[in-house]
Formats: sequence, C-alpha cells, structure tokens
Amino acid sequence: MKQASLSKDKIKAVAIRYGFLTLLAGLVLFFSLSAPGFATPFSAVFIFQSVAITGILALGVTATLVVDGFDLSIGSIATSSLMLSAYIMVVLDQNAVVAVAACLAMGAFVGLVNGFLIVYMRVPDLLATLGMMFLLIGLQRIPTEGRSIAQGMTLPGGETATGVFSKSFLALGRHKFDFFIENFIPFSVIIFVVIAVLIWLYFEFTRYGRVMYAIGSNERAAGLAGVPVHKYKIIAYMISGVLASVGGILLAARLGRGDIASGNNLLLDSVAAALIGFAVLGAAKPNAFGTAIGALFVGILLQGMTMMNAPYYTQDFVKGAVLVVALVFTFSLSNRR
Amino acid sequence: MGKVNSSIKLIGLEKSFGSNRVLRGIDLDIPAGEVTILMGANGAGKSTLVKVMCGVHKADSGTIYLAGKEFNPQTPADAIKAGIVTVHQNINDGVVPDLDVASNLMLDVLANPHSSVFLLPSKIRKAAKQAAERLGLDLDMRAPVHSLSLADKQLVAITRAMAHEPNLLILDEPTSSLSLLETQRLFELLDRLKARGVAILYISHRMSDIKRMADRIVSMRDGEVSGVFEGDDLDYIGAVNAMLGHKISDVDIQIPEVGAPVLELKNIQLLESSKPFSLAAHKNEIIVITGLVGVGKSLLASVLFGREALFKGEISLNGQKYNPKNITDAIHEGVFLCSKDRGTNGIIPEFNISHNISLPFLSTLSKFGFIGRGVERNFAKTAIKDLGIICQGEDDNIEELSGGNQQKVMVARWLMKASKLLILDEPFQGVDIAARRDIGNKLRETAKDRATIVFVTELDEALEIADRIFVMSEHGVVGEHRNKNADADLILAQVLGDQIKDKQMNETVEISEGAAL
Repeated sequence: MKQASLSKDKIKAVAIRYGFLTLLAGLVLFFSLSAPGFATPFSAVFIFQSVAITGILALGVTATLVVDGFDLSIGSIATSSLMLSAYIMVVLDQNAVVAVAACLAMGAFVGLVNGFLIVYMRVPDLLATLGMMFLLIGLQRIPTEGRSIAQGMTLPGGETATGVFSKSFLALGRHKFDFFIENFIPFSVIIFVVIAVLIWLYFEFTRYGRVMYAIGSNERAAGLAGVPVHKYKIIAYMISGVLASVGGILLAARLGRGDIASGNNLLLDSVAAALIGFAVLGAAKPNAFGTAIGALFVGILLQGMTMMNAPYYTQDFVKGAVLVVALVFTFSLSNRR
Repeated sequence: MGKVNSSIKLIGLEKSFGSNRVLRGIDLDIPAGEVTILMGANGAGKSTLVKVMCGVHKADSGTIYLAGKEFNPQTPADAIKAGIVTVHQNINDGVVPDLDVASNLMLDVLANPHSSVFLLPSKIRKAAKQAAERLGLDLDMRAPVHSLSLADKQLVAITRAMAHEPNLLILDEPTSSLSLLETQRLFELLDRLKARGVAILYISHRMSDIKRMADRIVSMRDGEVSGVFEGDDLDYIGAVNAMLGHKISDVDIQIPEVGAPVLELKNIQLLESSKPFSLAAHKNEIIVITGLVGVGKSLLASVLFGREALFKGEISLNGQKYNPKNITDAIHEGVFLCSKDRGTNGIIPEFNISHNISLPFLSTLSKFGFIGRGVERNFAKTAIKDLGIICQGEDDNIEELSGGNQQKVMVARWLMKASKLLILDEPFQGVDIAARRDIGNKLRETAKDRATIVFVTELDEALEIADRIFVMSEHGVVGEHRNKNADADLILAQVLGDQIKDKQMNETVEISEGAAL
C-alpha cells in the first residue's frame, strides 16, 4: 500500500518536472508529421524570429516576478522605445547609435521610476506599473500629435521630416547572418538568445540573482540577512525597463517606421510566456529558462497551426488555453506555493 | 439574554504538528462567571490550545465538555454557534475597517444568507445600538471603524462577539496595544460580562492586568498545564514560576575565563522614559538577557543590529565607537543577529538548506558575482554535521525540516563567518530540548573569539547556557547574576518587577510599583 503511494508520488514528481517539456516535444513531433514543411531549418528560424521580441520582454517581466513584483508597463515601454527611436532618426535626423542609446536610457529611467514608485512611494506594483503604462501610451503620442512616424512625413509645424532610418539600425531587425545556409539567422534571434543566456546566468549563478529570489520568497528575512532590498527591487524594474526598450528597438528596426498601433499584444504575450515558464521543469517559480521555453512553446504552436491552415483569429484563444493549462500545472499539481 | 450557566472542561487534550507535540494532554476547567488567566511563554502551546477550542485546529485526542456535553468543533463557525467566541490579539482581524460601527456590530446578520436583501440603515443602526447598550457601551454608530481608537475597535469586536450570547469568551492579549484608560474600559466591560455568568479565558503577560482581573491563573509550559492557582490570595510569583520554570537544569556550566571586552554599552537609554544602564560583553562569554515580552529586549537587539536608533548613550565595539546606520553596516562591522520568529524573519521558504545558510555572506563566496557553489555546499555540509541537522542533504528544502532543525539552519547561517558579536533573539523558540542542547553546545564551542548575547524569556533556557544573566524590565536592566548557584527566585522576582524581594539582595535595582511587564 505504502509502496504503491510512494511510486505514485514519484510518477507525479516526474510528471510535474518533465510534463511540459514532453508536451512540447509531442507538439513538435505532431506538427512535423502532419504539417509538411514544419520540420525545416527555415521554419525553426521563423519560430525563433516570431518570438524574439516577446521573449525579450518576457525575460524582463521574469526579473520583476522574481522579486515578487510585476511590470505591466513593459508593452508601453516597448512601443515608447519604438516611437522614440523613429522620432530621433526621422525627425531629429540622428544616427543609429544615438537612437539605440536614447531608447535604452529611456527604458532604464522608466524602470527606475517604477521601482521608485513601488519601493519608496509604496504604490502596489500592479497599480504603479498600470499607471506608468497609461502614462507612456499617452506620452508617446504627444510629440507627433498622435500620428505614426514615417520617412518623409509632414511634421506638426508643416515642414517635411528630413531624417531617415539608418541602414545599420534597420539591420538590427532585418539582417540575417550566414550559418551553413546563406542569410539564415536573423540578428534579432541572436540578440534574443544572448539576452536569454545572460539573464539565465544572472539568476541561476550570480549572487545578485540569488538575492533577488530571496527577496521574492521572504522580503523581511532577506532584509534581516543584510540584503539591500530596496536597491535590488529597483534593479529588477530597471532590468525589465531596459529589456522592454530593447524589444521596442527591434520592433522599430523590423517595421522601419514608428507605427503607433503596433505592439498591442506585446504585454499579454510576454506575461503569458513568463507565466508558462513556471511550469517548465516543475520550477513553480519565475525562471529565465522556463520563460524562454514558454515563449518558444507559444511560437511553435502558432507556427504549426498556421501551417495547418488554422485561421489567425484563433491565435489568442490558443495562447490563452496554453497559459491556463500551464498555470494548472504549476499551482495545482505541484505542492509548492 | 439570560444568565448563562455553564463551564468548559478540557480533558487530556493533545495536538501534534508532525513530530512536534504542541499540546501534551491538557486538563483544564474554565468555570462560568470567572476570569481564568492563561499564562505561558512563547511556544508553550497557548495559541494552539485556543485554536483547538475555537475550531481552527482539531485535537488529536482528548475531549472538550461544554456545559457537561461533549463538544467537538469542526470549524470556527461551529465554535461560535456553540457560544465560544474569540477576540484575537490582532484587533484588525475582528473588524471591517471601512464599514461604520453599526454595520460592524450587525455584520453577522448582514452576512446571514437568510437576512432580507435590502438594508435599512436606520434599522441596522437601531439594532446595533441596542446590542451596544446591552453591554453598557455608548458608541457613535455612524463612525467608520477605521477612525476609532484601538480600544474602541476592540470593544466593537467584543460587542459583536457578544451578540452570539457566548458561554466562553477567549481574549488573546487584548491589552497589548491599549492605553491605561482604554484598558480600564475593557476591564469594566469584562466585569459586566463576568457578572452575567460568561466564562472568560484571558491570555496575558501583563502583571498589572493579571492582578486586576484574575480569579484563577493557569500556567502552561511545554504543552502541559504546569500550575493552577486559585483562591482569595493568588500566588502570582508561583504562577510565573510555573510558566517559566526554573528547575535547576542538569547542564553544569563551567564559566570560562573571559577575554577582552568586545561590546560596551555606556549609560544607554532605550526610551525617553526608561532608565539608563551599562553592560559589557567579553570575548569567550555568553550573556543572556532575560525578561518578559515587551520589556525592550527586542529593541536592544534592533539597536545593536542597526535597525533602530539608540535614544541616548554610547556603544563601543572593540574600543571603537559603534553606531551602525543599517543592517548591512552592522554585519560589515561583525555584529550578527539571528532574529526571533524564524518563520517571518529568518527562513527563505523557497530556498534549500545550503542557500538559506549562505544568504548573508554571498559576496564573500562569489567571484565577479558568480557564486562558488562548491564552497557554498561545503559550508552547508559542515553545518549539517556539526549541528546535527536532521535532513537528507544540503539540497533539502528548508520547509521540509522540523522547527528545531530549521532553527539550527538559522544558527548555522550566522556561525558561517566569524563575528565580533553574535546576538541571538529567542533562538530556542519552538525548539525541542534535544535541538536546544545542540544549539547551546555549538554556541559554547564557537564562543571563544567573540562575545555572545542571547535574548530569552524562559529562565530554564537562560540558566542552561549563560555565563552571566541580565534581567530587563521596563526597557532597563534591573539585575545581573553570575550563573554560578544563581538565585533563581531573585531572578524571577526581578523579571516580575516585584519590589518585595530585591531590596535585600541587590541595591542597584530600582523598580516602580505596578510595573507593566
């Protein structure tokens, strides 16, 4: 009797640990067999490319989730970064370096303000970042009086914008490196993978990451162990802000214009990826590896379904369903939390 | 509401959490129309006992008789229905701050699914007013509860509880946040309830309250009733004695030669109203500071750890002025504090043993920010062996350990690096005797190059590990004893702030009358 329950526990443990990865493998197998063209290198690269921006934002959200916070403003930071880079190059006629630097600085600053509101003004994280989201959505429309930014656009003053998107800037979103096959791996995918590895190293192997997990688990105890809790919480929001601005830069480089309506789905998609990540390897907590896998999972599912001719309007439904299943995995099956 | 006439009787109540036996066969009578005071140090099992009676926990064995009939509450609602009402220590748990007084008093009517759907505010206010008047209270029915004083909130909670016509009213340290005047009001109300025949179980540490209210005193210790005191002339010292226990323990302290002074407190004053005191802690010395809850032990620990500013006076560490701005500063100076209440202040629940131990010292384990995992592991392995932490390995999650073993991990955390001064605040809270001995031995073993200060409430624990014992009362030190044939009765008397005995023994002791402990 006891033996039976023991092995049952073991099966459950294995199911929690590898269940989601098995599901992913099964999904890949299924699409490879039933959707011709799915199991090709191009399709794989396309999946990576489709999730790169969401994935980068999701890694940022992960940082705030680790300290038991939340960042709702990432989507709007990304679109602000998109508009800012376009504005700097097209209207102010500056080069790519200035544009990228300004965007990163903007992301870091917004993260700093978020952290300040949460830590020192004691605004609850959801509300502070919700307010920031609203504020940024409005702010990014003011300089152009609500219009999108394109090369040669008419400025509010009546004259025509003289700047252009620099070639090197556009390369961030469009250039593809040769890798066995010519023009194979997009720049944005490399950036995504590099950031994912860095964030993973940060949270798994450095003391800064460890301390952030400690704060997320028991803030008071972490403080009494000498951890500068406020500083690390603010850093978490700054990581989130900077990564969101990177996402915005890549989006701008891909689109080649400052499109006011783009990036609507960024927030939901990236939060979903981070939360799906809880279920990977039974972590039951925010983690960088899970987040990256979570983003890929959604990408693979959508790519496969698209190749099997599922209509585009079913996409959000599918993402939602995946998220719910992953959350059940995390919170109901595992004993933690 | 007629005169209720019943009493509660507990026989052989037992309750364990895992391997931790919290209640070990409690026999207790709570007669109607009397105030029974329940005393007991932290971890004695008071709150578990209360939770069993009010239906939060289920007893493993034993019986509760309510008015002669067997009573077995499954849920808090059962207990309330049977007339057992509890007012918890945290007043805000008992009221809804955003509603007005009337709605709070009528909350149970409002929450009742059989009440009418529409609310007539005037009707509610009228019913509420009647409920309050029955208890002789005059409250503004329209005032939102969050605007009331703590005492009034408490009165609201009690008044609401009284609507259930309770047989037994349980109050868990109700005066801990009340002023003197507010306390008086509460006592007057309790007197009236008593006259109506309600049995009252009153948990408190405050001697003045106990003297004012007690008809009987029951002392608890280590999950057992250690003394029942009744009659016209209550033996207060005996009750505290039974609660703290001072059977001279079998641990024989060999007081070692002490080294140079490490920490010196020179005429420091913790509060404006408290008396200044001085104290020096030496290398190779274990000092225990004892005293009841709320006499400034935790405040002193906080000051030394850089969490609170010192009101007045000077502190020096190894001859240098010591004035830490924050915790990081204190740790940097070599002053470590193992906090009390490990659940809230110590453990990182999602971490394993090894990560819990290394948390304060990650920077010394890391190169370029990357943690040296091998070194970290070895520290944990050594700690597990040295302190006899019962676990499968250093990767075990801390929450899988028993209380005593969790505490060992916390102590191991602060022993990981050498300190100048190690402070432990209630390190034996919820720790069984075996683990307590292990921790004590380890402290002694490692004490050579640092000063050690341990804050405890229980005298037994103090006598078990101390070289010198200091007694705190009213945020000052009122006694000092070398732990060699120390006079436990005198220590107790000082703990109590009692004037009777200390005059003949210790001329430096000055305590005011009716000390709130």
